[in-house]
Amino acid sequence: MPVILQGIITILIGVGGCVAYFYFSNLLLDKVIFPAKGEKAGQNINRANQVRPWLFLFPAVFVLGLYLVYPVIGSFFRSLYGRNPDEFVGLGNYASLIASEDFRISFFNNFLWAIVVPAGATFFGLMAAQLTDKLSWGNLAKSLIFMPMAISFVGASLIWKFVYANDADIGLINAIRASLGFTDPVDVLQIPFWNNFFLMIILIWIQTGFAMVILSAALRGIPEETIEAAILDGANPWQLFFQIKVPQIMATIVVVWTTITILVLKVFDIVYTMTGGNFGTEILPSYMMDFMFRDDGRATAIAFVIMLIVLPVMIWNIVQARKEMR
Amino acid sequence: MDNIAGQKSSLTWATHISVLLLVLLWLIPTIGLFVSSFRDRDQISASGWWNAPFAVELTARGRTSAEATPDGDMFVVTGNIYDDPEAQSYFPGGGGEVVAFGTRGANPTEFDAGTEADLGDGETLTVNADGTYRYVSPEDPGSRGQRVYFAAASPPNFTLDNYEQVLTADNMDQAFINTFTVTIPATIIPILIAAFAAYALAWMDFPGRGVLIAVVVGLLVVPLQLALVPMLNLHNKLGIGQSFMGIWFAHTAFGMPLAVYLLRNYMVGLPRDIIESAKVDGATDFELFVRIILPLSLPALAAFSIFQFLWTWNDLLVAKVFLPSDDASKVMTVKIADDLLGSRGGDWGILATAAFVSIAVPLLVFFTMQRFLVRGLLAGSVK
Repeated sequence: MPVILQGIITILIGVGGCVAYFYFSNLLLDKVIFPAKGEKAGQNINRANQVRPWLFLFPAVFVLGLYLVYPVIGSFFRSLYGRNPDEFVGLGNYASLIASEDFRISFFNNFLWAIVVPAGATFFGLMAAQLTDKLSWGNLAKSLIFMPMAISFVGASLIWKFVYANDADIGLINAIRASLGFTDPVDVLQIPFWNNFFLMIILIWIQTGFAMVILSAALRGIPEETIEAAILDGANPWQLFFQIKVPQIMATIVVVWTTITILVLKVFDIVYTMTGGNFGTEILPSYMMDFMFRDDGRATAIAFVIMLIVLPVMIWNIVQARKEMR
Repeated sequence: MDNIAGQKSSLTWATHISVLLLVLLWLIPTIGLFVSSFRDRDQISASGWWNAPFAVELTARGRTSAEATPDGDMFVVTGNIYDDPEAQSYFPGGGGEVVAFGTRGANPTEFDAGTEADLGDGETLTVNADGTYRYVSPEDPGSRGQRVYFAAASPPNFTLDNYEQVLTADNMDQAFINTFTVTIPATIIPILIAAFAAYALAWMDFPGRGVLIAVVVGLLVVPLQLALVPMLNLHNKLGIGQSFMGIWFAHTAFGMPLAVYLLRNYMVGLPRDIIESAKVDGATDFELFVRIILPLSLPALAAFSIFQFLWTWNDLLVAKVFLPSDDASKVMTVKIADDLLGSRGGDWGILATAAFVSIAVPLLVFFTMQRFLVRGLLAGSVK
């Protein structure tokens, strides 16, 4: 198994290399460059401590810069060139994208996904979190609803093929239809427009657990006094939930919502495995994969469009993080 | 809220029932896959997985025996249709009661079992419920028996055949190994790098720290689609190309923002006294990190490694772009999405089994390490 061997060697070199790097670079700094002895001992210690953070940070900053910062710029420049990397087309790729029917369909579908999936997952997650809160078997229920988080998008798509299959002896939906007296099976993935929603259900199914876990913790963090006061004032369970609890965890709901929105913009697996982008179900990430390996200019242009959509969330995240640090 | 403002037992019941419904709704699709993976191929297409415990009516075909005994001016063939090897092959679990039979593939259940079918030209055929038949013909049937189609109940048949085929054929075993090969280095290496960086961002004072943290937070949401084309081109220029080496680098980098962010959030919360007293005692930052911070941060390290493991194991996009698309280096997700779904779209047993094999490892990790996973999620999103 040469590949396995290669893997083991990589682990050894990777881990060993990292440890060696951190150990010896620190040693070098303390003993050779700025030794903590002689007449300049104090000054040297200070200098060493100024350099040290960068020793610790270097590998992480290096890979982050290379794989995540550089591509933002690299992709943008690449998107200004055509299929041939030497042929400068300016914003031509973007213009032809906007003119293309497929792009508009995937943009619109992506827009639907970005609204429906976070809304659905947050709603079901909130419901599950609230309902299981005081239940004796609540933890078991939660762990079962959380389980799809561990399943790959490809695996989840296959699981749902057994629900959507165009055959009353395989697909659950058609079996239910058949038992209600409809004789002809339907392929729900080919119903124009609505097939998008059947694909979204898969992602909602996966992400509900995530929303539930976080919202459940937030619900538990609500101060007891506010709830007790509301009950004493005669609030019924509905009022208690919607007027007392939900407003107090609104910040967490927003975090969950945006996290899922970001995820939606990255997931191409479900569309790729379920419909291959046919029947009007294309979304931006899967549309990009149509051009990957064929037309880098077009592919990077689509990637950059996704980046532009994410940008407001990114800025908002940074602003929030800076606020918290103060 | 159940017992405080008056007893609301009906509401409690409603809660129990709605949670039960929700759990069932969430579980049923996975159960379907699981059950299907153990079913015989013919049974999968003959009845839904929810009918798996029940007998299935399968349509099979066989031939009567070729040995005819003359009876007056007629030739009579008798025997049991289940003695025919071809008919047997449909019922590995043993055949049940014959319901109907016929002689034409177009209408395999033309006659009810036990009735005498008039086949024309003076030929008659009777197949009884227990499989015995009597075929009467005015001519010697010759060396080949009469073709018989019949429908019979097949008892539920659970087998491991699908697993055997998935794990031994189609290079799925190779894909399984490849997935591990991608996943393990891509999980271990980023942790170490991120832990050092997180320590620096949490406990070391230097100009630019705030900016760096903000950058990491910003990078958390950068769509990795952006990195695909430029990094693949760079890999090609550096001579790494599409290879395991390349995908290890890529996964290491793509997991880095979350790793640094999670670990830093955790390390910031460690008690200041311990760290300061260690410094007073003369520990260098390196010793402090290895001896104190690292052991104390184990829960966060575990949480991140579970994330990264699940993410790299389940990934399709990065594997499609950074790994070559030959059988020797395909991972399971690519194998399923590109090979099985394409060429064997109709073989539900194999599909279900392959999917189950690919999700079994993450599910195992999930159920054993759930505690850490939840803690990690919370550290990442709520403070």
